[in-house]
Amino acid sequence: MIQFDRFTLANGLRVLVHQDLSTPMAVLNIMYDVGARDEEEVRTGFAHLFEHLMFGGSVNIPNYDEPLQMAGGENNAYTTNDLTNYYIQLPAENLETAFWLESDRMLSLAFSEKSLDVQRKVVCEEFKEHYLTKPYGDVWHKMRQLAYTKHPYKWMTIGKELSHIEEAKLEDVKNFFFKYYRPVNAIMVVAGNVTTEKVKALAEKWFGDIPSGEKYNRDLPKEPKQEAARRLDITANVPLDAFYKCWHIYSRMDERYYAVDLLSDILSGGGSSRLYQSLVKEQQLFSNIECHHFGSTDEGLLAIEGKLVKGVKLEDAEKAVEAELEKVRQELVSENELQKVKNKTESMIAFEDMSVMNRATSLAYYELLGDAVWMNDELGHYAKVTIDDIRQEARNIFREENSNTIYYRSGN
Amino acid sequence: MLNRKQAPVIVDAVDFKLQLKPCDRYQLDNGVEVYAVNAGAEEVLQFEWVFFAGNSYEKRNLIAATTNFLLRNGTSRRSAFQINEHFEYYGAYLNRSCFNETATISLHCLSKHVQELLPVVRELITDSVMPETELAIYKQNMQQRLKVNLKKSDFVAGRLIDTYLFGEKHPYGKYSKAEDFESLQRDPLMAFYQQFYQQGKLVLFVAGKLPADLQTLLNASFGDLPNQASAMPEALLQPATEKKYRIMNDPEGVQGSIRIARDFPNRHHPDFMKAMVLNCVFGGFFGSRLMSNIREDKGYTYGIHSYLMNHLQHSGWMVATEAGKDVSEATVAEVYKEMKDLREELVDEEELQLVRNYMMGSILGDLDGPFQIIGRWKNIILNGLDEKYFYDSIQTIRSITAEELRELARKYFKEEDFYELVVV
Repeated sequence: MIQFDRFTLANGLRVLVHQDLSTPMAVLNIMYDVGARDEEEVRTGFAHLFEHLMFGGSVNIPNYDEPLQMAGGENNAYTTNDLTNYYIQLPAENLETAFWLESDRMLSLAFSEKSLDVQRKVVCEEFKEHYLTKPYGDVWHKMRQLAYTKHPYKWMTIGKELSHIEEAKLEDVKNFFFKYYRPVNAIMVVAGNVTTEKVKALAEKWFGDIPSGEKYNRDLPKEPKQEAARRLDITANVPLDAFYKCWHIYSRMDERYYAVDLLSDILSGGGSSRLYQSLVKEQQLFSNIECHHFGSTDEGLLAIEGKLVKGVKLEDAEKAVEAELEKVRQELVSENELQKVKNKTESMIAFEDMSVMNRATSLAYYELLGDAVWMNDELGHYAKVTIDDIRQEARNIFREENSNTIYYRSGN
Repeated sequence: MLNRKQAPVIVDAVDFKLQLKPCDRYQLDNGVEVYAVNAGAEEVLQFEWVFFAGNSYEKRNLIAATTNFLLRNGTSRRSAFQINEHFEYYGAYLNRSCFNETATISLHCLSKHVQELLPVVRELITDSVMPETELAIYKQNMQQRLKVNLKKSDFVAGRLIDTYLFGEKHPYGKYSKAEDFESLQRDPLMAFYQQFYQQGKLVLFVAGKLPADLQTLLNASFGDLPNQASAMPEALLQPATEKKYRIMNDPEGVQGSIRIARDFPNRHHPDFMKAMVLNCVFGGFFGSRLMSNIREDKGYTYGIHSYLMNHLQHSGWMVATEAGKDVSEATVAEVYKEMKDLREELVDEEELQLVRNYMMGSILGDLDGPFQIIGRWKNIILNGLDEKYFYDSIQTIRSITAEELRELARKYFKEEDFYELVVV
């Protein structure tokens, strides 16, 4: 049970405080309600590029990192399709330094040409390192474009193409900042060796006078229900054939999300999972196989992906995957098998919650979804899932007309 | 009126009293050493069984790594599937890893399930059978994985630079080829298993919210193992004579994987702790010289780091980055320029203070939580050190001078001592 206090400043900034006196550290986490899904299709990759620019100096503080390092702190940030998150960890005595730094960049950035120029290059190198030079590195670009026709999940956080990043202008940066990076669109969590009283005082002092901004009301195009299977067959300079198949699933807030999550663990969550045992160990069709979902806030995807053993045909590999899916559609899994994946989930949550940083980020995430107290209800949702739910969701999700398949063939 | 240009007053992290939480030490009935840290609020435990069964002990490539991998793949009573199912049913994570000197089994679990799990770990140590079918699947899948990895310039660069530094015959420099996987046989694996696991010397590290009867539990499962040390074979150090390499791995590649490295003594050398501070200034964190210049000023790379390799016998000092193909040579030149700068100029007081505070804050953060604390202890114990090493390193961070750093740079940052590699 994670305890926390919550209050809202007059400008709309939501603040959560989670005390843990066993650590000498403090964490300050700010989550902004903007991600790659909020971008325009002709200007993708911008939320992420923008995250880099947040470290290029703010209106009163020319260098963000140095004063934080001087205070013994560390920080980082990440952008997803749904949100952008910034976090600082530092000795609790120096907590005010974190407030000073974060509030100034929420007030306004320096908007420096030099920073934009350098970070465009850095992000292009990141793009190359993770998506262009790695074998199979482009597959999720292709899969998203196949699976989504309307919803902005059709591009990746890094962006659709390098040119979108290369063409970003300082004017775009400013507009983006004043639209999304306002107190009313942010959630701050302060955790660790802190008191609510002190956090309140510091929040008022540093964030209280930042103009509220306009609430961003998300109105994204809804992905139409997929009516027919989509397939893509590509050949590339990779050493092995690989198989990728995705199905549309529910949004994060749908009660059926929990059954789907457990279903994916039953299929592939370890050495005793179904796909691994059947397809890697017994039939030896795949050298590895995974089933995972993207955990996205809007309706996401459930994926099965694997590399084939040399000599196996993609068509045969797919048939074998289908045969396993047919089993979960037809037969109930055993109570024991369901209990196994529930136990795994319980233990995963316990391990995640060991770190103050993780607790802070989770609180911010659930608050963004609607209410931080939901963080404590998660196990209860999983506990309620029955073997009938698992079969029902297998039937709902694993329909051919709901699927998107990529054959990624080795051209060597 | 709030003055936002004025930084809040800070407590210098160098003034923190950093304490390494002591660990319990005792021996099981058979002399197996146990190191245990009781800390944390969550009802979780981490166990690590450390065997002296790393690749330094093998006579042929991959024997140590394969034996370690197959520990989980069958005993005389349970199939690989049954072993996995058992641990997974209790929400536990059972892993194994093979390093140069040591090889480990690790277990993360909820405290309430520990009694169901330790006896099965014992079974893996005493009764693994390494079935032929499991070995065949492993050989096939690992060769496939190697094929994919060999397409990655960073993987290729990582292997080559180690070979230049230590030589292909040294455990730190050798690497696996497809034919090494192909020629693996069960018998040598079983022999290795018998000598280094069933009979071998074992050290145990445990952390988390420890049960009161931990020692009894450990004795029941591990207190009667033979625990016999074997001598480590002499390793032949054969660094390459040629220092500069340019390799074309993928003609369509858009980035160069750059590795610049030299040999360096291990943690027992008096320069090691000081070198940790110099490394931090040079390329050890986001505010380092390399990162500020090559990423934040020039935008040549997404990230660049330098580090001292964590080897027990001989360390190395390594710079690693992936940079745009057309700026790879410029990146290499900038790395040497930063070395030259540290040889010639004194680090100014403000930068040094920042690095001291950053390092101290970072250690303070690293010591947060039972698994992190036992990790520190494990490093100390396996390196044959004691807690004095921890406190001396902290003293070094506090007191090292700019002159000492420059001396160190003059001694170790000589361009001609470095191997240099770019793989596209």
